[in-house]
Amino acid sequence: MNSLTDTKIQELELQANAIRQSIIEMLLEAKSGHTAGPLGMADVFTLLFFHILSHDPKNPTLDSRDRFVLSNGHICPVLYATMAHSGYFPVEELKTLRKFGSRLQGHPHREFLPSLENSSGPLGSGLSQAVGMALADRIDNGRSSSKYFYCAMGDGELNEGQNWEAIMLAGKEKLHNLVAIVDRNNIQIDGFTEDVMPLDSLKAKWESFNWHVIECGGHDFRALDEAISQAKAVFERPSVIIAHTIPGKGVKEFERMYEWHGKAPNKEEADMALKELRTLGGKIMSEHQ
Amino acid sequence: MSSKFLLEKVGMRTFGAFQSRSATARGGVEKFFSRKIFVTGEPKPFQTIMLNIHAKLNTKIFDTDVEQVPIRKGFGEGLVIAGEKNKQVVGLCADLTESTQMHFFKQQFPERFIEIGVAEQNLASVASGMAAMGKIPFISSYAMFSPGRNWEQIRTTICYNDVPVKIAGSHAGVSVGPDGGTHQAIEDIALTRIIPNMVVISPCDAIEAKKATILAAETKTPVYIRLSREKTPLITTSETPFEIGKAQIFYESKNPQVTIIATGALVHKALLAATSLEAEGIGSIVVNLATIKPLDSETILSAIAKTNNVVTVEEHQIAGGLGSAIAEFLSQHKPVPQEFVGVRDLFGQSGTQNELIEHYNLGDRSIAESAKKVITRTHS
Repeated sequence: MNSLTDTKIQELELQANAIRQSIIEMLLEAKSGHTAGPLGMADVFTLLFFHILSHDPKNPTLDSRDRFVLSNGHICPVLYATMAHSGYFPVEELKTLRKFGSRLQGHPHREFLPSLENSSGPLGSGLSQAVGMALADRIDNGRSSSKYFYCAMGDGELNEGQNWEAIMLAGKEKLHNLVAIVDRNNIQIDGFTEDVMPLDSLKAKWESFNWHVIECGGHDFRALDEAISQAKAVFERPSVIIAHTIPGKGVKEFERMYEWHGKAPNKEEADMALKELRTLGGKIMSEHQ
Repeated sequence: MSSKFLLEKVGMRTFGAFQSRSATARGGVEKFFSRKIFVTGEPKPFQTIMLNIHAKLNTKIFDTDVEQVPIRKGFGEGLVIAGEKNKQVVGLCADLTESTQMHFFKQQFPERFIEIGVAEQNLASVASGMAAMGKIPFISSYAMFSPGRNWEQIRTTICYNDVPVKIAGSHAGVSVGPDGGTHQAIEDIALTRIIPNMVVISPCDAIEAKKATILAAETKTPVYIRLSREKTPLITTSETPFEIGKAQIFYESKNPQVTIIATGALVHKALLAATSLEAEGIGSIVVNLATIKPLDSETILSAIAKTNNVVTVEEHQIAGGLGSAIAEFLSQHKPVPQEFVGVRDLFGQSGTQNELIEHYNLGDRSIAESAKKVITRTHS
């Protein structure tokens, strides 16, 4: 992995912006789906797919690839958009999201889109699957394996007990090449996470299960990159990055509004959002890049 | 001449004479042999027992000293063989390693065994992840907890993903006994057969469980193997043919009036019922339906064609189980009167195996009564 240059960061910012635009466009076309989470995680996904992951989008079954597991499947617009922009399938296909016959099911289904590592949607089981993958890899390649296993998960889904079963097991097994990334955006469907079911102190909770915990800003490429570098270097235990994100990030009107957790923008809202994204929040005058 | 001697003599001759299924089909050769046995403890009568010679069943099936082995033990032994045959086979258990007989595998292949702790949901999904990496994971717990507690994880992370995880649910049925209703899974056939991609196997004895386990490791689909705790008579032998998806006729009278389709440990009770019916002059067919999903429609239809009725027998709720599967199938292809031997919308409770089998009307007498009832309905 190369260190992040300023030029690379600018590239990643533009890429994340394009992915956010795709998210808005596909949700508008689908007329349903989740908005806040995908926008909030666009930077994390961009960094992973364009800088961190050892993978080949043109050869998605390559055995030596890192594995990326999405646990909270409802944020799949960001997964699909990032996969398309990184070359797994044509960007044009994004407009089939949630439609009959589409490979882009409303929640990811591995049988429809084989380059996915897992199907997801029902919350709380992604980390278990990532743990299973890392355990299988350990049997085959020992503790010196060069593969990494990443699992992106929501903070709200940490309400699910199964996560803590998986966290306990990964801690017991000291799965050092497992990296969980929690989207700490503080919202879930019924409201703010701390009102629905308090999670604080999330750091202390994971640490007590024998995980290495790193907290950082979820829109800061350099901080995220450093966090992942650190996670990869820790050998004694698995690592979790608690990425503090702003739900709806990139579109001011959507930011921090839990109402945007589970709905799609209408035409007017989408136009507004796209204009904001295309002008980089008013930094440039023209919408045409 | 002792009954044992007669049996062996007949058995040797017939086994030697008819080796293949196709020979029977082509030549129309009698494929069942009769033997005469004493009903234990009584001076009479001699009985005619029509066991399928091709099934190569245990010659001591009806003897009081028939060897009894827990069905789960066959799973434990089969898993070791599956592990020897394929190094991708791994075992995962939720703190019931010896109880589910996975300890044999753990001893043999410690590096391929994962102790998950009391966490059945994690058990299912961790196995899914391992399968996605090319492993063939077997997960074991009590059926009440897996597939009971972790049903959605099995449904979504195993079957929806369509990965080859094999789920061994032990302690199924009321015959678990003293532990009581909390631990007696009588809903698990319904829970598993309703999920797409899943294969459901319910072996009738430890030997069949061993074969089912070895073969399950070779299939590409999710498989549920239903196991029971208590000692169960050995019905089959190592020679008995076994194929996933294939039902077997274990017993067929010359003029059968009723078809009894049974699964799991109650197959032995069904065979006992057949002998008592025979003594009363009522012929029957007993089908061992080890694979509940997919159904062996050919064997079922050929048996039903001879009797125009069916009694289904299972240690499971009537709702959603083997009987339901048969009813769903026959109502579309060959509607016939059906009687259900199974648990009638009740929970289990503490007791001995025999007390519970009798209490829930699952024993050979209940099966025989249901047979007579369905025969009456067939001709009314």
